[in-house]
Amino acid sequence: MIRDGALVLADGSVFEGELIGADAPNGIATGEVVFNTALSGYQEIISDPSYAGQIITFTYPHIGNYGVNADDDESRGAFCRGVIVRDLARRASNHRSQGYLADLLVRRGIPGIAGIDTRRLTRLIRDTGALPGAFGDADEADLRAAAAAEPGTAGVDLVAQVTTDSPYTVGANHGAPDRVVVAYDFGIKTTIVRHLARLGRVEVVPAATTAADVLARRPDGVFLSNGPGDPEVVQYATDEIARLIGNVPIFGICLGHQLLGRAVGAGTVKLPFGHHGANHPVKDLVNDTIEITSQNHNFAVDPDSFAGLGRQVRMTHVNLNDGVCEGLEVAGERCFSVQHHPEAGPGPHDSRYLFDRFDTVMGRPATAGKAGG
Amino acid sequence: MPRRDDLHSILIIGSGPIVIGQACEFDYSGTQACRVLREEGYRVILVNSNPATIMTDPDFADATYVEPITWEVVASIIERERPDAVLPTLGGQTGLNTAMELYERGLIGVPGTPEMIGANAEAIATAEDRERFKHAMIEIGLEVPRSGVGHTMEEARRIRDEIGLPVIIRPAYILGGRGTGIAATVEEFEQVAANGLAASPISEILIEESIAGWKEFELEVMRDRADNCVIICSIENVDPMGIHTGDSITVAPQQTLTDVEYQQMRDAAIACIRRVGVETGGSNVQFAVDPETGRQVVIEMNPRVSRSSELASKATGFPIAKIAAKLAVGYTLDEIPNDITRMTPACFEPTIDYVVTKIPRWAFEKLPGTSGILGTQMQSVGEAMSIGRTFPESLQKGLRSLEQGRMGLNCDPGAEHHAARTDDDLLADIERGTPDRIFLIGELLRRQVPIQTIHDHCKVDPWFLDQMSIVVEEQAELAATGFDGMTRRAWRRAKRLGFADAQLAHLWGVSESAVRSAREAAGVLPTYKTVDTCSAEFAAETPYHYSTYEDESEIRPSDRQKVVILGSGPNRIGQGIEFDYCCVHASFALRDAGYETVMVNCNPETVSTDYDTSDRLYFEPLTKEDVLNVIAAERPHKVIVSLGGQTPLKLSGEIPVDLVAGTSAQSIDDAEDREKWNQLCRALNIPQPPGGTAVDLEQALAITDEIGFPVLVRPSYVLGGRAMQIVHDRNHLARAMDELTGFGSLGKEGGLSAERPVLIDRFLASATEVDVDAIRDHTGDVLIGGVMEHVEEAGVHSGDSACAIPPQTLPEWVVDVIKAYTTAIAHRLDVRGLINVQYAVTGTTVYVIEANPRASRTVPFVAKAKGIPLAKIATRVMLGATLTELRDEGLLREPVDGHVAVKEAVLPFNRFPEVDPALGPEMRSTGEVMGIDETFGQAFFKAELAAGNGLPQEGMVFLSLNDTDKPAGIVVARRMRERGLGLMATRGTADYLRSFGVEVDRVLGKVQDADAGEATGKTAVDLIADGTIVFVVNTPRGSVGRSDGEHIRKAASVHRVSCVTTVSAALAAAQGLGESPERLPVKTLQEYHAR
Repeated sequence: MIRDGALVLADGSVFEGELIGADAPNGIATGEVVFNTALSGYQEIISDPSYAGQIITFTYPHIGNYGVNADDDESRGAFCRGVIVRDLARRASNHRSQGYLADLLVRRGIPGIAGIDTRRLTRLIRDTGALPGAFGDADEADLRAAAAAEPGTAGVDLVAQVTTDSPYTVGANHGAPDRVVVAYDFGIKTTIVRHLARLGRVEVVPAATTAADVLARRPDGVFLSNGPGDPEVVQYATDEIARLIGNVPIFGICLGHQLLGRAVGAGTVKLPFGHHGANHPVKDLVNDTIEITSQNHNFAVDPDSFAGLGRQVRMTHVNLNDGVCEGLEVAGERCFSVQHHPEAGPGPHDSRYLFDRFDTVMGRPATAGKAGG
Repeated sequence: MPRRDDLHSILIIGSGPIVIGQACEFDYSGTQACRVLREEGYRVILVNSNPATIMTDPDFADATYVEPITWEVVASIIERERPDAVLPTLGGQTGLNTAMELYERGLIGVPGTPEMIGANAEAIATAEDRERFKHAMIEIGLEVPRSGVGHTMEEARRIRDEIGLPVIIRPAYILGGRGTGIAATVEEFEQVAANGLAASPISEILIEESIAGWKEFELEVMRDRADNCVIICSIENVDPMGIHTGDSITVAPQQTLTDVEYQQMRDAAIACIRRVGVETGGSNVQFAVDPETGRQVVIEMNPRVSRSSELASKATGFPIAKIAAKLAVGYTLDEIPNDITRMTPACFEPTIDYVVTKIPRWAFEKLPGTSGILGTQMQSVGEAMSIGRTFPESLQKGLRSLEQGRMGLNCDPGAEHHAARTDDDLLADIERGTPDRIFLIGELLRRQVPIQTIHDHCKVDPWFLDQMSIVVEEQAELAATGFDGMTRRAWRRAKRLGFADAQLAHLWGVSESAVRSAREAAGVLPTYKTVDTCSAEFAAETPYHYSTYEDESEIRPSDRQKVVILGSGPNRIGQGIEFDYCCVHASFALRDAGYETVMVNCNPETVSTDYDTSDRLYFEPLTKEDVLNVIAAERPHKVIVSLGGQTPLKLSGEIPVDLVAGTSAQSIDDAEDREKWNQLCRALNIPQPPGGTAVDLEQALAITDEIGFPVLVRPSYVLGGRAMQIVHDRNHLARAMDELTGFGSLGKEGGLSAERPVLIDRFLASATEVDVDAIRDHTGDVLIGGVMEHVEEAGVHSGDSACAIPPQTLPEWVVDVIKAYTTAIAHRLDVRGLINVQYAVTGTTVYVIEANPRASRTVPFVAKAKGIPLAKIATRVMLGATLTELRDEGLLREPVDGHVAVKEAVLPFNRFPEVDPALGPEMRSTGEVMGIDETFGQAFFKAELAAGNGLPQEGMVFLSLNDTDKPAGIVVARRMRERGLGLMATRGTADYLRSFGVEVDRVLGKVQDADAGEATGKTAVDLIADGTIVFVVNTPRGSVGRSDGEHIRKAASVHRVSCVTTVSAALAAAQGLGESPERLPVKTLQEYHAR
């Protein structure tokens, strides 16, 4: 049964399509419309908590081809507000497939719209920046009103919506060093936890955990996770991170990178339309090599703000497409972070060495007094 | 790392003639490389024997050698030019193999010789030597199929026992999979292994576990000298493992791998290029994936730009060859800007927001005796690529791009062809790959046979089958809705699934124009999207577009005066790269003259579909609907239909009359319409062979009753002598007419009608054929571009015949008569542009056979032989310039002479051992080469060498001549003896020659009656197989005699022994005999063209 629907953006643009996935409350789904240009990895993207508050447009037209499976989720639930596709596969084919994307959308309560001219939409977002939007089978006027009323992600504490309620522990991989890595969950992806588990036991803590509580866990290293939205909004986390710097090795990814930057006093800026894809070239300025990276962010650390900081902060990675700061390190403090996603999931594996770098920065695990050691 | 300043001159090795497995994709890559390296300030030296290429235009290199690509000749060029480096990775397997031969002789790649850039000998050997490659992959932890390498049958059998059947057998150092096969039984194994050992130049075969039926993928990787690696494109084959990728329908990007699996494959591809050691440039790595378990194995890698890289380039807009050339001279990926976004570097991985489908085109109808079954050996002669937003749209566009009478997956006359067959019959058929398989699957889906069942038989991934099923279900839906019930939504849905107006018209039994009007009235119009490498993430100015049915069109037509050039579609026998050459030249000439040029084509192998050849490129099928859409979007000043062969010419009647540039559609028809043509010839008093036209056998017999046999039978409006035959009697005539009607091979392409009758003419036996290419401008000024005398006599298709400029045996006054006739015909037809006229000369009578007011296959050859850019001049003339103006402008200069140029055809028989290689009126060559030198003998020798028919310097020549040819045989045989060659002959030929005092070393019997020979046991076939006979002259005659020497000719073709089938070719060969490839003088086109 085809359910006709429409997508209306805050600028008034209308797109015709057919509804898929879960029913939206009152027939209207709203959120900030963003796009992702990755050719594969839709399940990982849909389950990535960094998309909280957002409606994800897939630029690749066929989505759902290889189905869904239990291993490719990046979180326990779904935090995005909806998905926009050109074509949703009605039959999936892959030996790993355990179900259809269409069913997963319904199960997780994610509404969607198919049949959209996603290229037109992408071009529009590219030129105007991420836009609030609404879709559903409601009247166009209602959709228009909903789109206009949608606040977008500016100023919203989306991290609070996606972080874990209480700490939990993920055991170290077999053969991993006897270490404790405390991971701040600002919207942490499962693949990151998997990579960290190679480095030691991972204690995942809520976003609002204090530095004192973290240090009480006697960590060998602290990890700052990815997450949704504007880093300015999570000032509480920034303050705690500032207290950790110098006391423990720190590695940050994506939002975690922006928060580390802000914690040392650097500024962050909103990008015109962000980086959302799995093909961004990043140069490692330390090794002078280029890696193809997975990216998903709308904000970035402003490297021009590094001058005049109390600490020596330097840019370690740069995006070759637009010169955006992709990584930083705080000299002498064993702290570094990257804007892109070395864990991939989805995306290329070129940057995985950064977990090894964290391994090196943490050094040999301390032997005494480790709980559960 | 910036460009290398220690290099100043670079030799690029081209890929030679178009053959199956190595087509014009290497002209595209080589042209890009030449351009880039010259822009970078290097002196570019090029060798390529193929005159139809853009790269061999004298403007593209500093020194252009149209010479045979053998190591000896290239060594002479190196000695003469002393280049600093050789770039071997852009000339296909030919470039690579030639470089390796030079390396092995210490002529390049070692200190004191030119450096090998791109890939060194070590890397090439690691990738090309299957055993080394396998060990290298195992060493880096990648899985490969279980296998072993054999050099003898004994070794091969031992390996077979270890692995177990079925196995796949591949010879080492071959291109396009020649000699490769699957063996499921011991008997099959014996045969395939023996063939493989024979095909490999080093007698080496790889025997490996069969992974037939697995999913097949390819990744295109690029690497720079700082070790940065990027994947340009992933390709998934719709046809599973077991069908050569060149014969598979393939799709980009990959569709059915999870990101986890894709990234694993990506890691493997990068590890592979690093281990093999391709220092800079592009490579493609092929994988097989077990659909049950996901196990990935590496199949092979090409350490060079390949057919897949061309597809990846066109599919993504990322110019692999151009970037590869820059990387080879030292740049790194981050130093090279992405041409398309201009804002971002080339160091990234393209991402696309559409689906690309490539569909091969085969020529089995021209090769009677072939099975038409696809396998591990490539057999296709061309391909079409299509772009759509979804797979169904892309697939249907691709199918109609093939121009084989199908407008899509269904809803056309061809779809009913399989209706009578049972499900089981169809299911059994789809177990084997055939050109028709995709349609059989469509039919099974229409009958609602479960996708799983279809998958079990054909192993095509269920996702693809389901997508095809969507098209099939839509057909039923559309039929139910009916033409009158169509709403805007319904139109949009159908068009988004790729249905052509012609399909809908057929489905509803209404005219295509009615469908078009109703659809347009409903507001459903095509939109044009842009290929931009980044899925619209960045603004791009790329002028590379495709149609689809979406909300927004990205075309912003300019106000400049525009000319649309219609290309020639997929390569096929009879319509190949020569026409693309003309279209590209048209674009260059018009850009220079200030026009904005718009190219429409769907052949990804070509230079014309390079996005910077024209101001705008539409990658679209060449059908009425698609072309009219482009015209509507662009509103051009003129449309060029006469340079791309029959494909655009057939569309000329569909285009508004005032838009057609040059010769009017009316004149084109006057030349094609038999009655009008006869009138014209009568009016001019130009003799024609007697003949007439017929639409059925009765009419045909009426003609032969009047003119007698033998006759030449040919359909109208075809190229390449499609279905053309020399007919000797009434029974034969009946068979020939059958073939042309109904479901005969040509019936499928349109059949016969009063508008498309068959032409029947008296066959002029042993006449000399002559071809003329000329240009006439609107003032009536005529330029005779070139007069070509064919080496083979009339009856051999001009495309398969060698020819020479200037004519070698015709008296000068006869040539003058031919020129006068040509001029008069051009006037009568009011030609504005090119015209090609064919003549047959017997004694001193010049008969005109036909005239075609359009570009011919020989235009590039003439241009290179005479030093005049014929296609450019013709294009300007079509747009209104006069020859005088072009002379003043300097575009048209005096033709050059003082040398002889020979064009020779390259035939595909070594791939089809079941086909009789005797030449006839149906064209079967896939490509051509040119030999150019001071004398005919040397030029002919070079042409033969370049075509792979090396003339012997020692050994035995075998002569088997029919009675008519025996006198000329005396001359041939004497010349051969003088050159120190031994002679063997059949009884009749030997007796004849001996009676004229020519010594014959041995008389040989035919295969079956060995005792007819003088020596015990061995037949000609045996002696060809064991290498004693190095050259064969076998002239068949008449319909009866043709089968006589067939086994000898087939044996020669299988064992790669040069074989000529006409006495004229033997006479020409005799002139070239004894030339030594090591002592061949080489000279550049620039020198030949110096005035």
